[in-house]
Amino acid sequence: MTTWSPASIWAAIVLIGVCTFTIRLSFIYLFGRLDGVPPRVEQVLRYVPAAVLAALVVPAVVTVESTLTATLLDERLLAGAVATGVAWRTEDVLATIVLGMGTLWLFRFVVFA
Amino acid sequence: MDGQKRLPPDFRAGIRAAGPILVGIVPFALVAGITATNAGMTILEAVGMSVVVFAGASQLAAIDLIGSNAPFAVVVATAVVINLRMLMYSASIAPFFQSLSTRVRTLLAYLLTDQAYALSIAEYTRNADRNRLWYYVGIAISLWLVWQVGTLIGAVVGAGVPASLGLDFALPLVFLALLVPAMKDRGTTTAGLVAGGVALVVTAVGVPLGLDLPVAAVSGLVAGLAVDGWREQ
Repeated sequence: MTTWSPASIWAAIVLIGVCTFTIRLSFIYLFGRLDGVPPRVEQVLRYVPAAVLAALVVPAVVTVESTLTATLLDERLLAGAVATGVAWRTEDVLATIVLGMGTLWLFRFVVFA
Repeated sequence: MDGQKRLPPDFRAGIRAAGPILVGIVPFALVAGITATNAGMTILEAVGMSVVVFAGASQLAAIDLIGSNAPFAVVVATAVVINLRMLMYSASIAPFFQSLSTRVRTLLAYLLTDQAYALSIAEYTRNADRNRLWYYVGIAISLWLVWQVGTLIGAVVGAGVPASLGLDFALPLVFLALLVPAMKDRGTTTAGLVAGGVALVVTAVGVPLGLDLPVAAVSGLVAGLAVDGWREQ
């Protein structure tokens, strides 16, 4: 749960919104007055989705415990492993969510209960 | 009076083209609403974010980081970096919008998303007779509506669901569903693996100022570049 004040949350929303809108408008507005995106910038941008998403996913799924068994027999890790397999095979967001949550609940409410 | 027939045909063609994608957006939008309220945001803040930002992956990252009380600058910077890819869409689609007024182009820019860009640019290059404005608006408006309504429903549902169900776990699951196809070649796969590994280490040892995510993400970028090297310009 966040301890952020409503003012901070709204400030973040507006700031992200304004920056995102500026990015979207950039070339559409300044067409002809700007060159294209420099190739080196474009190449770095290729790695952004994989790097940022992985940096968000891994700590949310993996919890390092004192023993290897405790680390591996974790409901989030097991559900994450199933979801990775589903995402790999189907590339479908809905299937990944449904089977991932199903696995989490299976371990939380049945297997480890 | 047949209202549907009075809509421009290219507008209707855009809505039809967006159809299959809209189905895929629904769970994504629901998760944005559910996890926002689970993270402690109000329903108004959840929907406000969808209206003001209107960019799924960056919103989910921001919700995730706000929920874990990351520093303000890290939240904003992460969301903006995720959206930097839209520079390329803006540059690529700009010539097709050149003849439109500034006011219309401003509206089209607000509605620019991965899906609206990809569907429109494909159609523009294959069908020169298409009305570019109406086709794009048909796609973009339907995506916008589904995103807003989905977030609202998710936020209302999320506010009433017990925390023991662990619905907040839907957030990393969506990230996983986006991550797997994003690791499509050697460079991007390396970027993902290194960023994930470094994220685990910095979470365990603790990095000051809440800089875990930037440190991990930048490590991934550098690793991807190191594997590929600068391409021939």
